[in-house]
Amino acid sequence: MGIDLSLTWAIIILFGLMMYVVMDGFDLGIGLLFLRVHDEPERDIMMNTVAPVWDGNETWLVLGGAGLFAAFPLAYAVVLEALAIPLIVMLLGLIFRGVAFEFRFKASPERRHVWDKAFIGGSLLATVAQGVALGGYIQGIAFDGVHFSGGALDWLTPFSLFCGIGLLFAYALLGSTWLIMKTEGALQQRMYRITKPLMLGLLVMIALVSVWTPLAYPNIAARWFSLPNLLWFLPVPLLVMLVGWWLWRAITFQDTALPFVLVLALVFLGYSGLGISLWPTIIPPDASIWQVAAPAQSQGFALVGTLFILPIILMYTAWSYYVFRGKVKSGDAYH
Amino acid sequence: MLGIEAIDLARVQFAFTISFHIIFPAITIGLASYLAVLEGLWLKTQRDTYRHLYHFWSKIFAVNFAMGVVSGIVMAYQFGTHWSGFSAFAGSVTGPLLTYEVLTAFFLEAGFLGVMLFGWERVGRGLHFFATCMVALGTLVSMFWILSSNSWMQTPQGHDIVNGVVIPVDWMKIVFNPSFPYRLAHMALAAFLSTALFVAASAAWLLLKGRPSPEARTMLSMALLMLAITAPLQAVVGDLHGLNTLEHQPAKIAAIEGHWDNSSGEPTPLILFGWPDMAGEETRFKLEIPVLGSLLLQHSLTEQIPALKEFAPEDRPNSTIVFWSFRLMVGLGVLMIVLAIVGNTLRVKRRLFESRRFLLFTLCMGPAGLVALLAGWFTTEVGRQPWVVYGLLRTADAASAHSAVHLSISLTAFVVVYLAVFGTGVIYMMHLVNKGPGDPSAPALGGPGHHRTPARPLSAANETQTTH
Repeated sequence: MGIDLSLTWAIIILFGLMMYVVMDGFDLGIGLLFLRVHDEPERDIMMNTVAPVWDGNETWLVLGGAGLFAAFPLAYAVVLEALAIPLIVMLLGLIFRGVAFEFRFKASPERRHVWDKAFIGGSLLATVAQGVALGGYIQGIAFDGVHFSGGALDWLTPFSLFCGIGLLFAYALLGSTWLIMKTEGALQQRMYRITKPLMLGLLVMIALVSVWTPLAYPNIAARWFSLPNLLWFLPVPLLVMLVGWWLWRAITFQDTALPFVLVLALVFLGYSGLGISLWPTIIPPDASIWQVAAPAQSQGFALVGTLFILPIILMYTAWSYYVFRGKVKSGDAYH
Repeated sequence: MLGIEAIDLARVQFAFTISFHIIFPAITIGLASYLAVLEGLWLKTQRDTYRHLYHFWSKIFAVNFAMGVVSGIVMAYQFGTHWSGFSAFAGSVTGPLLTYEVLTAFFLEAGFLGVMLFGWERVGRGLHFFATCMVALGTLVSMFWILSSNSWMQTPQGHDIVNGVVIPVDWMKIVFNPSFPYRLAHMALAAFLSTALFVAASAAWLLLKGRPSPEARTMLSMALLMLAITAPLQAVVGDLHGLNTLEHQPAKIAAIEGHWDNSSGEPTPLILFGWPDMAGEETRFKLEIPVLGSLLLQHSLTEQIPALKEFAPEDRPNSTIVFWSFRLMVGLGVLMIVLAIVGNTLRVKRRLFESRRFLLFTLCMGPAGLVALLAGWFTTEVGRQPWVVYGLLRTADAASAHSAVHLSISLTAFVVVYLAVFGTGVIYMMHLVNKGPGDPSAPALGGPGHHRTPARPLSAANETQTTH
């Protein structure tokens, strides 16, 4: 037995979802920030910062889904059935958000506001639904070893709704710091002003989740608050505080690219915290990645291609970002 | 009773979402290749007509592509949310195939789409052409994997079943399963045909409206050439696909033909029209030609084709639906061949752009490719019933255990959103067609992000600055 296929696949899926959260996070965040920007030319600029890349960003979500399907089909079946309602809401939100990129510029000027609203509404819906689905996932899924054995509304709890709101802050913060990096002038200044309250909101959310989950879920408490785990994991909350402080300074001194990088670090830390809480569970609270793994023939076949192609994807994705590097100005567009 | 209702609702939802979805990728596949050809011709000949056409169609492509992406993500998740029984049973085969589709196709399309749509002035001409070709390649690769996956569900092989779950054994056999080459060729031609008809109808519209630009003429001419090749070829490939189905899914053929009984020992007639009655086990009001069924399908004057009564009632697909969906597809296919012949005859007589009657016919045939494509998919998918994985897993055992109420709400939501959003998108596409090529705002300058790269020499001089 060479490599642990399930372990490798879990890492790939986690990486894919991480890429999705970060990349579509700032896309969706821009949709949320439309709420605070009403000037049409500024909205054009905001949208144009992501128009060439949003589709690639969203593809990571498809990879997450397909990877889960390939490597852990039972987990795919059980988790998606359990979270069907929030996931459908997310998909409908992503439909409105995605088509708005094209439709907004194709609509007649007096109808454009319709697609602005679709962009905002779709982004809101998709973000909250993703957060709720995440919360519903963390809190556990009824699983009898073969099927999902719970009810259609099991996911609906105060905790999952809270996660939905928490994700709004995370994505809006990704969006505002992305725009700080990609824009200039009045729009950029507005983003500087919005970023600090968003950051405080996110830190409060992270703190609350960090208290809530160990209190509500004993297995998560055991993971964090036993020795020597505590020593290993202690850097995570400490780093969150450090990055938070650094971000505050970067905003105060009006750094351009640094705030975005720091928010990426913050999101990564939050994601790691989540990973620590759940690992190696794939259907919380009990089923591990090895229990619901696909046959080795499936995991192996898909892995060969993935390990070969993923680096190439990362290369041309980076190239595409490079082509569209720099600030976006008014009037820059193809439409 | 409630269980039956729930499974029906789940099936309707899948049929609705995938029927809507397939329209967009079919046009995406055709247009991406068309755009690559147009850009290649422009690079080679430097004729502005090709550049104008490229920009014209790339805008329509962009709207269509966005709709394909968002309706496609629904499909990737719907397997799990609504068909968990299928996912748990066959995910070990379908999952890796979809993963390969994402890795080799979706990322390729998405990664180069930005440069293709927004990068006209940001990268060199060669690189831009490369990006267009990569997007086109991505659409074709995507078709390869998804049809392999679908074909395996129709004609599964290369697997074992252990503890009630599919275990892949031989991936070459799985990917290249018996119906795959035929289905792939049939679908590829259907996508090219649908696009050619759409392009031809767009040109016909502009010509009928009295706007005979060189672009519109070139469009019509190229589309008719494409039809002349693909329409007859599709008839041949369709025939081969049918023979393959006869070998592997005889019940589907029996249902398509509305053929119930072989006890007479007579060769099978071809029923042209009729009404297959599932409960009465016969095809009513039928108009038939003796022996022709045997001749077409068995290439014999005596050998019968399988009859529906040879299959247990619970194993029969719905003949009423597939009998008619098949005839709709074939009828439209015949009309496409007629269109290709008439059009190219007129071309030889140099009357192609003047004949209003022909242009009107071309305009009416605009949606024919997509209608035929949907009718064909209904035939093959309904004809596979009651199985979701042929002979291995029944559709009834594949669905998630959602209640009928839950499914009614989600189905309603999908119908409302799809009609509103995609209906609007199609209207926008029609508006773009109506604007016509060569629109002064068409050539793309700049793009989001950095300043234009000065790498391109003064070719931009005759291009105008874009406005929204």
